[in-house]
Amino acid sequence: MAHVVFPGHLLAVTDGEAELDVPACNVRELLAALEQRFPDAGDELRKSTIAIDGLICQDAFLETLRPDSEVFFMPRIAGG
Amino acid sequence: MNKIQVITSINHEEVEFLCEPQETLLDVLRETLGRTGTKEGCATGDCGACSVLVDDRLVCSCLVLAAETGGREITTIEGIATEEGLHPIQQKFLDHAALQCGICTPGLIIATKSLLDRHPDPDETTIRYWLAGNLCRCTGYDKIVRAVQDVARDLAGPA
Amino acid sequence: MSESIDYKLVGTSPVRPDGVDKVTGRAQYGADLNLPNQIHGKVLRSPYAHARIKRIDTSRAMAMPGVYAVITGEDFPPPPEHGDVGGEAGGSIGDLARVIMARDKALYHGHAVAAVAARSLRIADEALAAIEVEYEVLEPVLDLDAAMAPGAPLLDENCFTKNLPEKTDKPSNIAEVMVLSRGDVDQGFEQADVIVEGEYRIPMAHQGYIEPHACIANTNEAGQSTVWCCTQAHFDFRAITAKVLNMNVADLKFIASEIGGGFGGKTVVYLEPLAVLLSLKARRPVKMKMTREEVFRATGPTSGTHCKIKVGAKKDGTLTAATAWMAYEAGAYAGSPMGAGAMTVFVPYDLENFKVEGYEVLLNKPKVGAYRAPGAPQSMHAMESAMDDLARELNMDPLDLRLKNAAEEGTRAPYGPKFPVIGLKECLRAAKAHPNYTRALPEGAGRGVAVGFWFNFGLQSSAEVHINENGTVTVVEGNPDIGGSRASMCIMAAETLGVPYESVRTLIGDTESTGFSNSTGGSRTTFATGMAVVRACEDIIAQCRARAAVTWGIDEDQVLWVDGQAIPASGVNDELKPLSLADIAENAAKTGGPLLSRASLTAKGAGPSFSVNIADLQVDRETGKIDVLAFTAIQDAGRAIHKAYVEGQLQGGAAQGLGWALNEEYIYNADGIMENAGFLDYRMPVASDLPMIDTHIVEVPNPRHPYGVRGVGETPIVAPLAATANAVRDAIGIRIHDLPLSPPRVLAALDAAGD
Repeated sequence: MAHVVFPGHLLAVTDGEAELDVPACNVRELLAALEQRFPDAGDELRKSTIAIDGLICQDAFLETLRPDSEVFFMPRIAGG
Repeated sequence: MNKIQVITSINHEEVEFLCEPQETLLDVLRETLGRTGTKEGCATGDCGACSVLVDDRLVCSCLVLAAETGGREITTIEGIATEEGLHPIQQKFLDHAALQCGICTPGLIIATKSLLDRHPDPDETTIRYWLAGNLCRCTGYDKIVRAVQDVARDLAGPA
Repeated sequence: MSESIDYKLVGTSPVRPDGVDKVTGRAQYGADLNLPNQIHGKVLRSPYAHARIKRIDTSRAMAMPGVYAVITGEDFPPPPEHGDVGGEAGGSIGDLARVIMARDKALYHGHAVAAVAARSLRIADEALAAIEVEYEVLEPVLDLDAAMAPGAPLLDENCFTKNLPEKTDKPSNIAEVMVLSRGDVDQGFEQADVIVEGEYRIPMAHQGYIEPHACIANTNEAGQSTVWCCTQAHFDFRAITAKVLNMNVADLKFIASEIGGGFGGKTVVYLEPLAVLLSLKARRPVKMKMTREEVFRATGPTSGTHCKIKVGAKKDGTLTAATAWMAYEAGAYAGSPMGAGAMTVFVPYDLENFKVEGYEVLLNKPKVGAYRAPGAPQSMHAMESAMDDLARELNMDPLDLRLKNAAEEGTRAPYGPKFPVIGLKECLRAAKAHPNYTRALPEGAGRGVAVGFWFNFGLQSSAEVHINENGTVTVVEGNPDIGGSRASMCIMAAETLGVPYESVRTLIGDTESTGFSNSTGGSRTTFATGMAVVRACEDIIAQCRARAAVTWGIDEDQVLWVDGQAIPASGVNDELKPLSLADIAENAAKTGGPLLSRASLTAKGAGPSFSVNIADLQVDRETGKIDVLAFTAIQDAGRAIHKAYVEGQLQGGAAQGLGWALNEEYIYNADGIMENAGFLDYRMPVASDLPMIDTHIVEVPNPRHPYGVRGVGETPIVAPLAATANAVRDAIGIRIHDLPLSPPRVLAALDAAGD
């Protein structure tokens, strides 16, 4: 289970849902579950940077999620 | 187009080249003669990356017509080090980490040489104004000024 | 603060391994290579800021003696419909293809519309003049207000604002909106004893790297091409070039030259696909280099912005609520640092109630590119100016006000997650304790402070480590060295292996000779590529222990690696003489062959880096000119690997920020033509404009990096904007909201105040 939070700009593809709990042991399972629930969101979610319990990851996929993990989707950042 | 024959001296070595009338010394150094140590940052005389000495005078080589350089003595970055090794200015730039990307460095070293040839013991303001024609976007000039101060201290010798 | 670890090399400042070549003119930059039989490419650029391209006739140019190839948008495959480049100034690949070569519309003055390759630059220029382009000139959209107004001329009839709560079928110049919020701002403002508001505008500014973009492409008859270019990201350049030209990545080899500055600007592809295509058609190597004017007009500067800020606080300084409205120029195509601006505006503070509204806006200016901490300088200038006003209203020391509200480990960042260990409070305390903060100011001078921030990021990196037969070390990695990173890699490798710095050399491999790495950007190289180098060195150590074990005929777990040599574990085998890396390398043929290792990774857990800057300056009330008297840059580096180059990042970023604060701006006329496209009129700081820049490196190590690195390159440009504006406020008693604080603007403010 992970507690997922979407930023305002993704609400358009998550049917307005800002937060939800998703049963998933890792990011791969989380993305699959979210994609099933929000078919339009797949692209945006996969492109996002993901913060898992404060650890910011680009290209997150295999990261393990704990039962109380907090997952934030963020715009992709690169820098100069 | 008719080319002009020019015989000049670059780093104490006689050099002969042909150039078109509108070609600059920078064009000829870099393209005709392959001396690419002199850099092009703007080609309008505003950045100093192409600084060279012509008869010991500091100039932007992008503002000098190649055809005008016949019979002159031109000093470029390739002529600063000697058989004994790096020039003290070059060594101090390295010691002080006074370069990051390094594109402005040849021009700044030439400008520093010109400064110290005339003012062996410059104060900070003199250094900053003398180098004001040489843009550096990486360092904020701090370490460059310190390197120049350090060379000047060494040149002055023990007090 | 930092735990004390006794490193031998980390934190020192040895001479960089590529140094001698860079002070003698040997180092080869983008424009320094020439190939036999090469010809020269040049670009024809739109003379209009907004125009439909009706027809291009290249026949006269093509017929000219000495002209080998002419290309227009029609020679390219259709712009890809899918795929994008992430990051603040990215965008869709299709749009990047249109930046490289316009198709049906020219969207900014200087937009590429055709290119030629000819025997000489002179002939190339004559050929450009012989190309006939028929334009239908359209009204340009040149500022944020005009572009956002209903009924504004549209850059793209198919642009529908992204992320609106309801999908829209009305096209707009607003490419994207973004909202970040938490708590209840109305309630928060009700709790406030003091509320400050401000509206701030900052014009477009350029990275100003001294080396113009340059490349040389050599394409053969089989369509295989080798490209030499100055880039922050040769692997990313290969990918974009392949997509834009519909080529196989395997047919492209990119070699990164030395690079004469980038600051984000050389993460974007402009010339390379043109050179590859021209070279294919001309069957000769094609060299291309931009003029300085082209760099200003046709490469990506950073966004001009308009920010409105409102902040409320209690009498004791506790922030109760804040709102921000911000519009960022994207230029001609979508993709801007607005998102980063929105995420950073309130980032230093623990805020229960806030709302940020961001707008990304298309207008007829070059598409923006990344520039050092993209988006953060503009948004944080607004907030840090407001914090200064708030401190005055509350009669509080501005550093105390910030300390009272500063984020720390566990504080929830405005973008969602809780901060890991960060060094903001340490930086604020270091600023308070710094002698430059309490030193008396000259009569009439002012002092300002501000906070800066950047996320720092990881991405992909690869590294290989080869042990030469005499025990010296070659590190191969794929990140162009833009500010001394070879030296940092050598330090980390030497520290890890326990060998002298001088025995390690670092080489930047081309795309065929080393593993993939993302760009040298986002302050990621020392962090992410450094991590790969350390990991590869640890593998070498494991191999060396195994080689020593077989040499001695003992178990591997009986071998330790200490100070660059294998030693037997104490107690047994004490008679064995330690084996150095050189000993093991010399004997490698008998113990399993050459020693080499590699590591590749997607680095995670880059540590956010905060800064605090202190600016002292004097304003000439007759002319409005500002003299910077002193500047102090304090920043949490996590850990400085090469101390002098970390100081250099702080100083260089400060100088760029000061330039932006004081003078730099894109000035457009009514037709959308930039009027100051040269270094004389785009006024970057020169040596006589600046004082020494004092630095203080705070070290709160990043637990996710083997040496604690956070990354330092981005953050330094952020705080100088507000620190300067706040110092001017202190000096003249007037808040000037807009940048740059150039003499005319300062004088106008003084005049308006009746000075």
